[in-house]
Amino acid sequence: MHRTYVRVAEDVLDANTTIAHANRADFDRAGVAVVNLMSSPGAGKTTLLERTLRGFDAVRVGVLEGDIATTLDADRIALLDVPVTQINTDVKFGGECHLDANMVRSAIPAIPLDEIDLLLIENVGNLVCPAEFLVGEDHRVMVWSVTEGEDKPLKYPLMFRTCDLVLVNKIDLIPHLDVDLDRFHRHLDAVHPDVPRMLVSAKTGEGIDAWRDWLVHTSHREHQHPHEHAHA
Amino acid sequence: MHELSLSGAIVDTVERHADGRRVTVVNLRIGTLRQVVPDSLDFYFDFVSKDTVCEGARLEVEVVEAELRCQECGAERALASPPFTCRACGSSDVMVVAGNEFEVESIEIEEDACIART
Repeated sequence: MHRTYVRVAEDVLDANTTIAHANRADFDRAGVAVVNLMSSPGAGKTTLLERTLRGFDAVRVGVLEGDIATTLDADRIALLDVPVTQINTDVKFGGECHLDANMVRSAIPAIPLDEIDLLLIENVGNLVCPAEFLVGEDHRVMVWSVTEGEDKPLKYPLMFRTCDLVLVNKIDLIPHLDVDLDRFHRHLDAVHPDVPRMLVSAKTGEGIDAWRDWLVHTSHREHQHPHEHAHA
Repeated sequence: MHELSLSGAIVDTVERHADGRRVTVVNLRIGTLRQVVPDSLDFYFDFVSKDTVCEGARLEVEVVEAELRCQECGAERALASPPFTCRACGSSDVMVVAGNEFEVESIEIEEDACIART
């Protein structure tokens, strides 16, 4: 017996990235822009989607819900008459705490791609793992809510660095909290200088129009110029 | 459960290169910007490598320090912590040139004793 050294030089997540690119190609062919929405549990992703999608007819939207268990989120979105599909990671995927490209690929047949222009993927609530796994999206948007602590960008730099837009949610609660938004902005700029951000309240609707405009603009831009951007 | 899925990905990558031969060492390069806990990785790797060519293999991790290159002035610096800005000119137009790695650099495998070749 002797030992041999074999050079591999392969990224561990290559397989996931390859599937993500295949997903993205499928979405591009169907003319669907895709946004991966991420946050910690309870930041308000689902409520934000409800507020955003109620009466929103500028763009045809579909939703892909990701949770470890339950269809609670998909049930809420279904009430808005928006096509929605649920992935439960505990059903076929061992209870993973994030969506990956393979899971999203398995859900594609259930998504009516020819009936939508924009797919919003609501990822599993988690500030760590979803950031590591591309799923085939064009844009990554993360939601930070004002109750979570201004230090979160410093503690979770990958999540805050990997997104194209940060939604600051629950701004209606600011008068009741000791949160220092300037400090949050400084911390965010320290890890992702000048990343676009929007202040919103899913509860009152403040800032939602600007967020909707961003979605419309994103959807139209993808249709005109697909493949224009890549993720670091 | 993050390291569980990463460990599975390591085993998959290694199996493809091991070509059925038993693996004794997996050399990883992990950048400091990646969110990996080495002890958790060891634990889950032991678990997922059972009944594969990786069973019993040791993980060796080379930690790659994060480095930025400034797109404005060209300066390069090691990044110990935020901010992601150029220490020389203050620009935020920087590129991460090291620190995002998560790769299997190489593996050591056991092969049966060579048959002498003439």
